[in-house]
Amino acid sequence: MSEISFSFDDKLYKGIEGEPMAAALLRSGLLSMTNSIYHDRPRGVIGLGVEEPNAIVQLVSGTKESMLPATVIEVVEGLAACSLTGVGALPQMPDESRYDKTNCFVDTLVIGAGVAGLSAAENELRAGREVLLIDDQSGPGGHLRHLGLEIPASLFDVLHHKNLTYKSRCTAIGLYDQNYVVAIERRTDHLGEAAPASRARIRVWHIRADRVVLAPGAFQRPLIFANNDRPGIMLSHAAATYVAIHRVKIFRKAVVVTVDNQGYRDAVRLHREGVAVQCICDVREEAGGPGVDAAKAAGIPIHFRTTCVDTTGGEEGVLKTVILQNLDTKKNFQIDADLLAVSGGWTPIVDLATHIGIKPKWSEENAAFVVKHSTEKLVTAGMLAGDFGGDDDPAIFFGPELNKEQSLRAYIDLQRDTTLHDLRRAVGAGLSSIEHVKRYTTIGTAHDQGKTSGMLTIGALCQLGNISPGDVGTLSFRPPYVPVPFAALAGRERGLLTDPIRITSLHQWHVEAGAVFEDVGQWKRPWYFPKPGESMEEAVRRECIAAREGVAVMDASTLGKIDIQGADAAVFLDRIYTNMFSTLPEGQCRYGLMCKADGIVFDDGVTTRLGKNHFLMTTTTGGAARVLAWLEEWLQTEWPELKVYCTSVTEHISTIALVGPKSRQLLGELVTDIDLSKEAFPFMHTRMGTIDGIPVRIARISFSGELAFEINVEWSYARYIWERLWSLGIPYNLTAYGTETMHVLRAEKGYIIVGQDTDGTQTPHDLNMSWIVSKKKEFIGKRSFQLPYLKSSGRAQLVGLLTANYEEVIPEGAYITIQNAGADAQGKIPHIGFVTSSYFSPALDRSFALALVADGLGRMGEQIEIPLGKKSLRATICESVFIDKENIRRDS
Amino acid sequence: MLNIPCPYCGLRNETEFHYGAEAGVGYPDPNTLSDSEWAKYLHIRANPKGWLPERWVHFAGCGRWFNLWRNTVTHEIGPAYLPFTTQPKAPDPDSNRDRMEGAKA
Ligand SMILES: [Zn+2]
Repeated sequence: MSEISFSFDDKLYKGIEGEPMAAALLRSGLLSMTNSIYHDRPRGVIGLGVEEPNAIVQLVSGTKESMLPATVIEVVEGLAACSLTGVGALPQMPDESRYDKTNCFVDTLVIGAGVAGLSAAENELRAGREVLLIDDQSGPGGHLRHLGLEIPASLFDVLHHKNLTYKSRCTAIGLYDQNYVVAIERRTDHLGEAAPASRARIRVWHIRADRVVLAPGAFQRPLIFANNDRPGIMLSHAAATYVAIHRVKIFRKAVVVTVDNQGYRDAVRLHREGVAVQCICDVREEAGGPGVDAAKAAGIPIHFRTTCVDTTGGEEGVLKTVILQNLDTKKNFQIDADLLAVSGGWTPIVDLATHIGIKPKWSEENAAFVVKHSTEKLVTAGMLAGDFGGDDDPAIFFGPELNKEQSLRAYIDLQRDTTLHDLRRAVGAGLSSIEHVKRYTTIGTAHDQGKTSGMLTIGALCQLGNISPGDVGTLSFRPPYVPVPFAALAGRERGLLTDPIRITSLHQWHVEAGAVFEDVGQWKRPWYFPKPGESMEEAVRRECIAAREGVAVMDASTLGKIDIQGADAAVFLDRIYTNMFSTLPEGQCRYGLMCKADGIVFDDGVTTRLGKNHFLMTTTTGGAARVLAWLEEWLQTEWPELKVYCTSVTEHISTIALVGPKSRQLLGELVTDIDLSKEAFPFMHTRMGTIDGIPVRIARISFSGELAFEINVEWSYARYIWERLWSLGIPYNLTAYGTETMHVLRAEKGYIIVGQDTDGTQTPHDLNMSWIVSKKKEFIGKRSFQLPYLKSSGRAQLVGLLTANYEEVIPEGAYITIQNAGADAQGKIPHIGFVTSSYFSPALDRSFALALVADGLGRMGEQIEIPLGKKSLRATICESVFIDKENIRRDS
Repeated sequence: MLNIPCPYCGLRNETEFHYGAEAGVGYPDPNTLSDSEWAKYLHIRANPKGWLPERWVHFAGCGRWFNLWRNTVTHEIGPAYLPFTTQPKAPDPDSNRDRMEGAKA
């Protein structure tokens, strides 16, 4: 044991390495550690561990983590901390510590390394099982540590058994279905500066165990009386442990108030350490057992049927006098003391058990909620199972009768400053359920989650309603059992590792070309390619003009691609798409729309027939995984008789879109084995060929409405093809374009983006796409078109908008009202739809938009308004195709 | 965290699966149903308190759909079975009784 120094509130303190900070501070005489959050009352340590509601501190050194109980911080040389009042401060700098996680599968997980947990582990080992034993203390032993006792030799052997792994400082924070336990192991804080930089500060354990043994122990309860929150009032087991184990020699005169024999045992320990125990007040009529006998032998006066009703304080509110009351005569008497040690009984830690829905049962014998559970998978042991050990016969008592004045200062939740008075008000307001009372009073909602206040609340409700705790029931606890830093949960998944980033084989070219990127799902796509000094608007205008008047090129490789093969592939596509695919000749492509069974448009894309039983489906960039899952679902669960095989080939095939009136000419310089002429290679046809010996598939597909060719090539060849195009394209002023220009071009042509121009409620008919709905065959969604609500009036339909002000682009998402719409009786202006896509069109030299408008298809030519705060824009409803309605350019 | 027995891969964490609601609701012949019967197929699924056969897909594993008995109250997992095979009997409704009682309270 080496002496170290640490600082608290800028003052240096001596401590013994590894002891709780609370012990070191108490030994230095620091009783009043902070003030309470709402009532500004001085408060000091009351407990021994994570149950501590008062002595909450913020680290000033290291990670600067806040809201840590001083009872669990192990002091180490150089540690610095400060007090806080209910609220911590977030550090200004990111937490650079390392955090990681691990998965673990084990026969038996034992939670708690006290005598109960160690005994359980011994049984498990004897049965030949592998055991993981975790405990939140720095060493094994549980209560034995508080008593300064060695672990019995037989159980000590358990710790060294080859089939047992023991993890200290490892707290189970959640028990989930089928014995899944999450635990956090604190690995470096106790080492201070000596901690290796490579070691993770906290490791999150994800444990799946065949069996779980819960032996978490119990917390001691306080009692409710007036002014029960003064520094100097502590849980008796904590007080005795600080005095006896941690050599805290600051108390001279103590009073012990108890409902069980624990108070006697702690009184004896205090007495042996030289604290003058003035008396033990026991609410019971009588008591017996070794603890009581020892107290009598020590000559400590015992008052039965007596408890504490109030206290007075001296300097800094620290305890001065204890006011005691005989419960039968109601007569008060007072005793001066600097320590009031209270023992309100034990509260087994039921938290983990309640996480999976186990309801603790009230045990009169234990005066506590216990969980006696013993199934093949889950066993409770020790105090949680009601095994309190020995001679005890505790009383069910939470505090004496208090008047209003007293109840205002009778604290139940010390962290929330909630009192018996608050609880009475809640009951007076008609609340009886513990869960309602909790929310009304905020009891149990602080970061200790009611570890000491929960049972007091139940007890007070019992006294108010004259009912048994079993009728009130316990609070349901939720994970985590103790607060966990977000950084620990994030682990290594920070920054670049937060989410996968998907890039195409042309990505590096885009980077070198100075592209500005946008995220499309996990994909990085070039948004636009600004020339030096160019704004986004200018770049997009230049890119659009190149595509409409010259030739432009885009990386379309992120399109979802699904290879569909099998004897029934054509039949299958007929069922999936609203239009017919079985009639599609080989070597041709067709645009298709798919609906869910409810008739709502789900995805769209072009599918190409590569062979009799071979199709290549494309999906929206974001929809690829969803569509593949959809196809698989139908194949596996409804139509297993169909011989169809679907494979994602998104990252196998790169797609380069060459767009514009000069695209044929440029491509002709590169491809010599395909006749690219209009007559030989019409729109929506595909041809196999080569470029410099590299196999390519060229398709006449257009998402811009221009003459366009798609070059499909094996992923790794894309950059070569792109570079070849680029050098041949110099005389053509070949222009690279990104997603923004793609959007302008497609919107000018009225091509929808599912998810942008739809909101999950549109049928093909609502999108003015009745032409794509086959009347000849069955397909998913068809039946729903007959449902009245999909045929009724008032449905949102896709239309175009021509703005009155050519320069102004309407914000996407803006609401649309009829012109000069007045407010209704409620003061609201009814809207008839909203803008889905909105751009400035260089080709039209004006702004335009697509919109979903109620009965929009019947409103052609109607003037509408788009209210935008103080101003209002005007527009005219029109068809959603703005350019080349006759498809002359596309098919040229 | 449910521990789900994929019939192909064995026990895996719930996070590898997607849920597909009640099992055994086949795609009906759309043209033989009234509007309300069709709407019922589209939108109405059983949601009993207790054991329910459900569809799950091991999307982050083998990608296969299968059926699984699950207790909606206790989250116990019963037997898994493949589509178009005989459904195994529902597990004992009284198993894990204390958690059932807990849920009722
Ligand atoms: Zn699987």
